[in-house]
Amino acid sequence: MNNLFVYIETEGGKVADVSLELLTKGRELADTLGCKLEAVLIGDGVAHLVPELAQYGADKVWLAEGKELSPYRTLPHAAILCGLIEQEKPQICLMGATPVGRDLGPRVSSAMHSGLTADCTSLVIGDHKDAKTGKEYDQLLYQIRPAFGGNIIATIINPDCRPQMATVREGVMKKEFAAKPGAGEVVKVDWQKMTSEADFVVKIIERHIEERKINIKNAGIIVAGGYGMGSRENFKLCFDLAETLGGEVGASRAAVDAGFTEHARQIGQTGVTVRPKLYIACGISGQIQHTAGMEDSAMIIAINNDPEAPINRIADYTIIGDVNEVIPRMIKAYHKNSK
Amino acid sequence: MKKEFKIVVLAKQVPDTRNVGKDAMTPEGTVNRAALPAIFNPEDLNALEAALRIKDKYPGSTVTVLSMGPHRAAEVIRDAMFRGADGGVLLTDRKFAGADTLATSYALSCAARKLAPDMIIAGRQAIDGDTAQVGSQVAEKLGWPQVTYAEEILDLDEKGMTIKRRLENGIEVVQSPLPLVVTVNGSAADCRPQNARRIMKYKYALIPTEAAAEPASLAAEMTAKHDYLRIAEWGADAVDPDPSQLGLEGSPTKVKKIENVVFQLKESKCLQCTDDEINTLIVELLETHTLG
Ligand SMILES: Cc1cc2nc3c(=O)[nH]c(=O)nc-3n(C[C@H](O)[C@H](O)[C@H](O)COP(=O)(O)OP(=O)(O)OC[C@H]3O[C@@H](n4cnc5c(N)ncnc54)[C@H](O)[C@@H]3O)c2cc1C
Ligand SMILES: Cc1cc2nc3c(=O)[nH]c(=O)nc-3n(C[C@H](O)[C@H](O)[C@H](O)COP(=O)(O)OP(=O)(O)OC[C@H]3O[C@@H](n4cnc5c(N)ncnc54)[C@H](O)[C@@H]3O)c2cc1C
Repeated sequence: MNNLFVYIETEGGKVADVSLELLTKGRELADTLGCKLEAVLIGDGVAHLVPELAQYGADKVWLAEGKELSPYRTLPHAAILCGLIEQEKPQICLMGATPVGRDLGPRVSSAMHSGLTADCTSLVIGDHKDAKTGKEYDQLLYQIRPAFGGNIIATIINPDCRPQMATVREGVMKKEFAAKPGAGEVVKVDWQKMTSEADFVVKIIERHIEERKINIKNAGIIVAGGYGMGSRENFKLCFDLAETLGGEVGASRAAVDAGFTEHARQIGQTGVTVRPKLYIACGISGQIQHTAGMEDSAMIIAINNDPEAPINRIADYTIIGDVNEVIPRMIKAYHKNSK
Repeated sequence: MKKEFKIVVLAKQVPDTRNVGKDAMTPEGTVNRAALPAIFNPEDLNALEAALRIKDKYPGSTVTVLSMGPHRAAEVIRDAMFRGADGGVLLTDRKFAGADTLATSYALSCAARKLAPDMIIAGRQAIDGDTAQVGSQVAEKLGWPQVTYAEEILDLDEKGMTIKRRLENGIEVVQSPLPLVVTVNGSAADCRPQNARRIMKYKYALIPTEAAAEPASLAAEMTAKHDYLRIAEWGADAVDPDPSQLGLEGSPTKVKKIENVVFQLKESKCLQCTDDEINTLIVELLETHTLG
């Protein structure tokens, strides 16, 4: 009882990265709290994923399987998760801040009358004393998130209602096998008892989901291009440099909006969060919503023709100049010096 | 067969957090929220357009804008009327203050119940709170299905709605019975602009508090004369709520701490765009194994 739930998202027979990241984080939180880490796995033909969840630390897996449960639909998944929450009374319930998690989370939080914190970038356990009542709370979940377009960071707590619910964006937490794998004990959920006909009124009549081909999250070197690259044509310079250095290409939202490259490469608050060992920002001004997704990079090089660009303030090296001149010179210098 | 729909659009007035210019920065490098202009939440404009398209297609349908906020938020309702909405309701009361998304959606759902629409269309996300939670929570409170991330309403009849959803890596087309809550994505059609004739017609539309503030004004005189110029203003009591679910008290989440994001200054080395300097940098990166 009072354990930690992670809702597991699956697509195309695979566990979403964000769910594994949450298990990794969940393992750490559960160890601090001295409770169990439990995964909620809802879908069709997903039982084979249990061992992977155990590797990431799941002590128990609540398994609900049925044809009607895949692909994801709000109402049946919400009914099952609510049913399990009522039965098991977890103290914490985490899910990805993905289209699925952000659709499911609010529905469940409303039904359970428990608060939900969106898009957390950090989760820690801490104590709290209410300033007005003087009441003390042990081991609450501090849910830390940006708001106000990324201009502020709020720490949110949920003192009195359970579970404490939070969604977390993909790539923000690290994903790692647990030091000691969980037991992965499977408990089949009698989900038909938790759902009713009314939960199946929304029908999916068409679905085209592409597997993600671009994955910049794990790249060690990222060359990111911004609006300052000027055009889709010119943006190819970023690909040239990335290829030369053995890296991947990322982009700012302005570059994506301008059609220089695809959305899957967007880095920042509404894109991917990355922390490569080298980040080269080409023609990116460095607005807060962009830097939120890359400021933890081990080394940052900014190429910008404006010496006052905000990105320069977080860069280890700034090269003041036109991207069209700097990038070819970097490629040339690399060829000259690498063996 | 029913060919008229009663539509409620949820719209929020928000500070424009997208373009935090130099004038909105304090000397400490943080944002001065009061200096940001108050605007119509962008995705709520997409929601309004989706509703107006239904009205275009099914004449006799009505679009009512529901907004919770301070008196000033009547501006978004007027703006919506200039673009084609029939009228609106401003939910405003001290008792709503300090609401998290749950208490916000509770208050909105009470008002929606009173309006008894066939559908509610909301924006996906507000650009200040940034949670994208209110639409789904309103749906749950009413016990209605929800369709989030809507990009286009493809079809509608009395039995239900067919909607194209835009997801991260693709699209989904779903069918839902009415009544339902739809939340609309920024990728949906842009809202039509304000219409000059409608501006002439509705520029004197006021909430009672605004009319009372300047009783001698032409606007107040006009509003008193014409029903269609009266924007409804409801306090908590008008929507029969359970008071324990309102405002700060009804909010399970509490903000423990807020920090302004300040750029951390780093010691950065500044290079000029010369072959020499760039060469030195690349050599250094190779030596430290950052490259290669
Ligand atoms: C809620 C919200 C979420 C957002 N999410 C994201 C997000 O996830 N990711 C994101 O990136 N943005 C996001 N944004 C947008 C963000 O605020 C900025 O608008 C965006 O990052 C700017 O992109 P940019 O730096 O490429 O363009 P600009 O700000 O236009 O900067 C271009 C830069 O290029 C330089 N430049 C121009 N020409 C040259 C040249 N020839 N050589 C060298 N330098 C040159 C200029 O000096 C300038 O610094 C978000 C905004 C909001 C409100
Ligand atoms: C820094 C900060 C962090 C916060 N974090 C959280 C949090 O994590 N969890 C939480 O529960 N609350 C949080 N809140 C409170 C939350 O911002 C408010 O409850 C707000 O009223 C609604 O949330 P939102 O702005 O995120 O709206 P969203 O859920 O993003 O709005 C979605 C849509 O709902 C409709 N809508 C929303 N509000 C209204 C309204 N007032 N009137 C009419 N329609 C509306 C609009 O159509 C809008 O597009 C936070 C507040 C602050 C200041």
